[in-house]
Amino acid sequence: MITLEGVTKTYRMGRIEVPALQGIDLHVGRGEFVAIMGASGSGKSTLMNILGCLDVPTTGRYILDDTDVAMLGDDQLARIRNKKIGFVFQSYNLIPRTTALHNVEMPLIYAGEGGRTSRAREALGAVGLADRVNHQPTELSGGQQQRAAIARALVTNPAILLADEPTGNLDTSSSLEIMRLLSRLNAEQSRTIVLITHELDIARFASRVVELRDGRIVRDDTNAK
Amino acid sequence: MNLYEALRMAANGLLGNRTRSALTMLGILIGVSAVILLVAVGNGASVQINNQVQSLGANVIYVYPSNARGSGGVSQGFGTGQSLTQADVDALNSKQQDPDVLAAIPIAQSGGQITYGNQNYFAPTTGTTPDFPHVRNYQLAEGSFFSADDVTARHRVVVLGQTVVDNLFGTTDPIGQTIKISRQSFRVIGVFAQKGGTGLGSQDNVVVAPITAVWAYLTGARGKVISQIVASASSAGTVTQAETEITTILLERHQISDPAQADFQLQSQQDILNQATSISTALTLVLGAIAGISLVVGGIGIMNIMLVTVTERTREIGIRKAIGARRRDILMQFLIEAMVLSGLGGALGIAVGALLALEAPKISALATSGFPTPVVSPTSVVLAFCVSVAIGLFFGIYPANRAARLHPIEALRYE
Repeated sequence: MITLEGVTKTYRMGRIEVPALQGIDLHVGRGEFVAIMGASGSGKSTLMNILGCLDVPTTGRYILDDTDVAMLGDDQLARIRNKKIGFVFQSYNLIPRTTALHNVEMPLIYAGEGGRTSRAREALGAVGLADRVNHQPTELSGGQQQRAAIARALVTNPAILLADEPTGNLDTSSSLEIMRLLSRLNAEQSRTIVLITHELDIARFASRVVELRDGRIVRDDTNAK
Repeated sequence: MNLYEALRMAANGLLGNRTRSALTMLGILIGVSAVILLVAVGNGASVQINNQVQSLGANVIYVYPSNARGSGGVSQGFGTGQSLTQADVDALNSKQQDPDVLAAIPIAQSGGQITYGNQNYFAPTTGTTPDFPHVRNYQLAEGSFFSADDVTARHRVVVLGQTVVDNLFGTTDPIGQTIKISRQSFRVIGVFAQKGGTGLGSQDNVVVAPITAVWAYLTGARGKVISQIVASASSAGTVTQAETEITTILLERHQISDPAQADFQLQSQQDILNQATSISTALTLVLGAIAGISLVVGGIGIMNIMLVTVTERTREIGIRKAIGARRRDILMQFLIEAMVLSGLGGALGIAVGALLALEAPKISALATSGFPTPVVSPTSVVLAFCVSVAIGLFFGIYPANRAARLHPIEALRYE
């Protein structure tokens, strides 16, 4: 499903080169639930951006669902993000002044696919928001917004779900609710999920934990359930 | 992404900040309504001028004597020559050499104080022949025009224009009354129907008498001068032929072989119309251009607001890019937003401009001052709308392109 081979990423800050990733080899198979952990500055955000096709590696190969995405252009990356990746962000990132339904329809609009409304309703139903479809983000609680964002991520039936600190802005009970939802999606629908977090409690929901430090993988354990 | 979705997104974006959208639209609205209104006024002036020129008479050709030359060849001014004679008029009326000339009449002008009872008024007196109403397109409201016999017998009779009647008689019936022109008595036998029009010299401020009477009693020492001959062509299409025929006859009669040396000159209704049209077209263009400047200002307003919008919605752009929007999707979204702003502003501006154009004549101060009735042309409406949409497109390109080029990671991080 996901294969990273010798991926490095170096940022240039003026004259100074800052290495963010220093050779990552990682394979995530179909149906896995992987948590990527690390302190801030460990390179996990950079890894997340590369996994999410928001950025390309400086060197190395990234094969996503049989496509080598390392060398693609902007619009091709946009297409990959649209079709194969579902994003869930820490701050929900729903589009303001737009109903939950329309937010969930958005990826389908960019994909130019039909049956949008029914598919969006279905996705919202799957995350338990069937009765909130016409609410705007400001009319939803944090947990509800994050569930709407998960519905948006899933509506295109992507190859992987990338969740970047999905519980970072939520209270404990909402966090648990979201994590149970992700676990259920992994268990029942065999969704491949890559979760980025710095909290052990959250990482415990995943079946595998990868730890980053200074741009390198320092631990790769399978969680005993 | 189809057009419906694009418009829905644009509407969503614009409704998100109603006050700002409305104010931006107002800039275009004012520009477009100014264009519509001013072009309508220009068009109205054209129509007014056209009507006036047309009311001078259908298919009319004027023949003027050339500028008289003094002994040293000094020009003495337009129409000062005395080269035209009654014999010339008779020749033009013979129809042997000029089948396209319907009728020709001589004109002798005389100024003079006109009095009736204790009223007095000043109007030019025109001496002419019975074909005058026909050639100059006058209708009689009352009484009759003078006859060929009146001309032969130098009868002192006059037909008055409506303005003269209003000023001298008030409510009295003028027919059969005697007025004095330069202290000579004339009997009123007819009144012309109102022709209307202002500007190029009112067509209703006329006093018409037999040319022989004018010569005998009014022009005095100047003798039997014909200041111009007015001829009418058989139709609008034969004006050019008629002009050629008149030139040929007069050159022959005046024994002039080189047309450049002609002692007369022709001017057709068409010439006057062309001149008037070119003046009013220039006027319309100038008015439109001035109003166009405000449209450009409105366009810059749109660009300004779109730049603000793009900056404000950087994060939204990042989200859209993350979930799969390509550059052109973002470009289209903001371009369409700008075009909806300007197009809507344009449509409202057309409505406001047209409304003002329709209401303007109801303002009595304007109506009485001879201000032209504005005419909103469909062309200007279509053009104004297209131009306003184009302005949105033009001034939207830069902000939209800026939005489309944003990097998704940086845009997502934007607070």
